[in-house]
Amino acid sequence: MSSYVDERIVMTGIGLTAPNGNSLSEFRESLLAGRSGVVRFETRHMGEVLAGVCDFDALAHQDRREVRRGTRSGSIAIYCSHEALADAGLELSDCDRSRVGVYLGITEHGNVETENEIHEISQYDYDTSVWSHHHNPRTVANNPAGEVTLNLGITGPHLTLGAACAAGNAGFIQGAQMLRLDEVDLAVCGGVSESIHTFGIFASFKSQGALATHEDPACASRPFDADRNGIVVAEGGAICTLERLPDALARGATIYAEIVGHAMNSDATDFVLPDAGRQAQCMRLALARAGISPEDIDILSSHATATDQGDIAECRAIREVFGDRESLAVNNAKSFIGHAMGAAGALELVGNLPAFKDQIAHATINLDRLDPKCGLVQIVANSPRSLGRVDYILNNSFGMLGINSVVIVRRYEADG
Amino acid sequence: MVADEIRRVILDILSRIQPDEDLSGLVDGVPFRDQLELDSMDFLDIVMELRKQYRVQIPEEDYEHLASMSATISYLEPLLKDVQSPV
Repeated sequence: MSSYVDERIVMTGIGLTAPNGNSLSEFRESLLAGRSGVVRFETRHMGEVLAGVCDFDALAHQDRREVRRGTRSGSIAIYCSHEALADAGLELSDCDRSRVGVYLGITEHGNVETENEIHEISQYDYDTSVWSHHHNPRTVANNPAGEVTLNLGITGPHLTLGAACAAGNAGFIQGAQMLRLDEVDLAVCGGVSESIHTFGIFASFKSQGALATHEDPACASRPFDADRNGIVVAEGGAICTLERLPDALARGATIYAEIVGHAMNSDATDFVLPDAGRQAQCMRLALARAGISPEDIDILSSHATATDQGDIAECRAIREVFGDRESLAVNNAKSFIGHAMGAAGALELVGNLPAFKDQIAHATINLDRLDPKCGLVQIVANSPRSLGRVDYILNNSFGMLGINSVVIVRRYEADG
Repeated sequence: MVADEIRRVILDILSRIQPDEDLSGLVDGVPFRDQLELDSMDFLDIVMELRKQYRVQIPEEDYEHLASMSATISYLEPLLKDVQSPV
């Protein structure tokens, strides 16, 4: 077995679907233009809610039989994987498919299909003999990653990583680690979510007092704003191809970024409430592993979901690590698309990668009145900010049960 | 339902299971699996749809009687003789 423990890992292809774009260029354009993807959305039992809804073409890479048999998260994962591989210029027919791994972060999986089946049998007086034989393969936790391997004929390992809303980063971290362990030569990794298709997630956030409402859907997701009133649930996916740097260079790949630091830890304090101290610790650990200091970070992509306590805790953690340095740009993609759960961290990181070229930090929109309890001076409010030069981006992603993840990427330079 | 009506019901189920297949050339006497890309889960979809739509419970040992259109019609005719055609 070769040793790649210290090998540099780079991002070479990106595929995504977000409520405001079905490619990185569309997504980036929307983020710079302030275009929301939040709309009114009918959900079972609850009527109209607000949600970030994707409109990618599921039939671009699947036939109708595959779509019917599989899951929404599987379709999202397949679409993003194909787009990432194409963007990377990779043909799997030229690869050893047994050396390709698929690692996808998820917040939850199976609720959509379970709710659908319960609804279905309710139409038959709860006769369980009409419960679908597709239920188990649709709801096994590896489903979205497994569907990618089935669709693409990938025979290497596949895993989903259940990491609540820290999952997008967790997918990237797992991919990087498997490349360094020589388990694979190519990692197809990131995060996906189909959560808007389960009423339970909306109902649970509502019961928790954490479901956003607003007369204008585009204004509903308002992290850091004094008038924020909760989360807008979104669906989506972002998947990258990760490779070891020498492999990427050998085939002349375009390199979006290099993953230079990452960390995950646990609050061990509460089921839902975040812990600013542990979040700060997670950021510091990622910085230490990257061998850089807080002063080196140019853009901090925040996790903030527009809940009262969550936003305050993250701001406290950011302040603890970064102080009041005004050259740091703190932004937030959830203000545009809502909270894409397992896909959130992945979408939020890749949406910032073009900043290495265009040197612009996209904004946090819907920030009319900064909550003094958040009070970060570095938030890029409502309009993009030109930064001059961007070398490092730090991406926060936190989740329930106190799971924290941080990924730091660096601008790739040939002699870097 | 009579044979022709049962045939239409089965074709309707197959068109939902195999939305991309052209079923116009389906030969009744030839096994489905020799003409369509049907695996065991697809086959169970046929059984499930019959159960849902017509409350027909087909025991596993009888699945062999659903191999082709002709065999399926023969098997279902007595079971569905008192059922009103949906079309």
